[in-house]
Amino acid sequence: MGEQLTSQKRFKGLETDLSEADLKKIYRAMLVTRLFDTKSMNLQRQGRIGFYVPCSGQEAAQIGSAFALRPDDWTFPTYRDVGVAVLRGVEISKLFAHLMGNSDDEMLGKQMPSHWGYKEVNFVSVASPIATHLPVATGVAMAMKLEKTGTVVVAYHGDGATSEGEFHAAYNFAGVYKAPIVFICENNGWAISVPVARQTVSETLAAKAEAYGFEGVRIDGNDVLTVYEATKKAVEKARSGGGPTMIECLTYRMGPHSTSDDPSRYRTREEFELWQRRDPVERLRRTLVEAGLWDDSAEVKLRSEIEGEITRAIEKEEKVAMPSPRTMFEGVYSTELKSLSEQRENSVLDKVSKE
Amino acid sequence: MPTINIVQAVNQALREEMRRDDRIVVLGEDVGKDGGVFRATEGLYDEFGEDRVMDTPLAEAGIIGTAIGMAIYGLNPIPEIQFLDFIYPAFDQIVTNLAKLRYRSGGQYSCHLVVRAPYGGGIKGGHYHSQSSEAYFTHTAGLKVVIPATPYDTKGLLLSSIRDPDPIIFLEPKRIYRAVKGEVPDGEFTVPIGKARVAREGSDVSIFAYGAMLHVAMQAAEAAKAKNGVECEVIDLRTLVPLDTDAIIASVQKTGRVVIVHEAPKTSGFGAEISAQIAERAIEYLKGPILRVTGYDTPFPYTLEEYYLPSVPRVQAAIEKIMQY
Repeated sequence: MGEQLTSQKRFKGLETDLSEADLKKIYRAMLVTRLFDTKSMNLQRQGRIGFYVPCSGQEAAQIGSAFALRPDDWTFPTYRDVGVAVLRGVEISKLFAHLMGNSDDEMLGKQMPSHWGYKEVNFVSVASPIATHLPVATGVAMAMKLEKTGTVVVAYHGDGATSEGEFHAAYNFAGVYKAPIVFICENNGWAISVPVARQTVSETLAAKAEAYGFEGVRIDGNDVLTVYEATKKAVEKARSGGGPTMIECLTYRMGPHSTSDDPSRYRTREEFELWQRRDPVERLRRTLVEAGLWDDSAEVKLRSEIEGEITRAIEKEEKVAMPSPRTMFEGVYSTELKSLSEQRENSVLDKVSKE
Repeated sequence: MPTINIVQAVNQALREEMRRDDRIVVLGEDVGKDGGVFRATEGLYDEFGEDRVMDTPLAEAGIIGTAIGMAIYGLNPIPEIQFLDFIYPAFDQIVTNLAKLRYRSGGQYSCHLVVRAPYGGGIKGGHYHSQSSEAYFTHTAGLKVVIPATPYDTKGLLLSSIRDPDPIIFLEPKRIYRAVKGEVPDGEFTVPIGKARVAREGSDVSIFAYGAMLHVAMQAAEAAKAKNGVECEVIDLRTLVPLDTDAIIASVQKTGRVVIVHEAPKTSGFGAEISAQIAERAIEYLKGPILRVTGYDTPFPYTLEEYYLPSVPRVQAAIEKIMQY
């Protein structure tokens, strides 16, 4: 304990057991996520990708929680959880391949942009309907418990998801089976245009966990180190048989819901500016600077490095061909049904194709 | 060879396969200590314990959703939905996740999972213990739909389904759970998914049926022979997806007359698909219109269910009508 206390005071103004390398890794992932996000919005505005779901403002909740995991733990993200994919090690070029829906796309162009899934890092494929992934996440945690693997699941969802029936089913099963799962609720205040006060009159979302018989905590979701510490504690509890935890991360979606949304129709400029001052990326940068771990030249160098990576990834992926029309019929079943083979053979795809 | 009924065949298939494969987990409402409301899982809890035979909270979306999670983690779950009529809270899980996971993830994830559910009318169960809603599932790409009609096929198809890598909706005709008995070998055998069975050979009329309606079709065929000397061929489809169109077309080519029997409502029922397949592939063989004997486009009635369900006289009337061509 004495040793830990000493280690927590290693950096000026910063209480953490994370090393300098850890802190810089977290900051890098946050900055990659922010720059990727900004670029992806621009690509959509330029007509180079069809759609995008931005995550700016929520990087701390995503990356702080994912940093508390082992590689063999599983994550169930939402479409907004780019930061989790970045932290877990998905290459930027793979993320762009998916946004373009080209032949490099892990989803083979079968899902619309921002519906990621990367089995190599246990980041499970996303569906659009809210909360449908939550019972599945609980099921994986139940299987882990049956198999005694010592691994855990982290399932992400928003404030809107807490209104869905499947939220209830997932939380209830998790409680009943004491499943090793941590629910990260990214409460960004808005489900598209509907404020959280219209989702529930519960005083907090974290309070909901109590009804399922497990702990719910509400934290500052824009402070990456607070998110990390809370998740680490919850993950350790789950791993040692203590069952589920819900962590409500108070955060803010700084951009629109998606590239098809205009938040000026329902949110005030003042609210945006308030949360801009709480920008989680900027906040960690300031903390690192104050602790003597970061300075302007490091910032300039890192930004230019990441921007270079992003530019190269886009250049590479824009050259990759789109999937051939015939692949539309593939992968529905483990082996193609005869009825589908017939549909493919009769589909006159060569006459339909624009080329 | 031992003679058993359909629910015993389900139980035997589950028990034998659970002994062979310890990754199988059975879960659902009352499937554990109670052995299921129809006793399909009787004795499994005692033999395999609560970790493999799980009494779940009463939430179909939770049952199917968590089963999907177990499947993608590598277990082999077999969730039971107590009545098919109760499956709708889980419809989102089935359509959004179960059916699409393989396709949407570019093949990274898949669901090796069998959803078992008793279905169909004839037990005085009213709206919510009688429906025959197979068409919702046959209309969802990514699912296979299997419906046995005999104890032998129940065991053989259930074993095939449990071993199949794709998600399967396995519908058990509860009206004949105990009424239909037959010889079923102990031990391992399978019936292939996607193969229909010629239940009765004939040269005048082809009757296509599945589940409990197979037996109505068989009785009508015998009655038609006794009354008019008409020889009906009865085809037990056994699997709706994938559909054995070869067997359907072969029979139509032989008889040129078609009667389709199912208990689901007529409009957009699976009979419409069979009818279209025949029209697309063998219309030149038809001597008359394709006739459907089905449930009506009403909610499933309680007091009047015997009028709603296809019956021997109704099928006989269709046979007589098509024989005029």
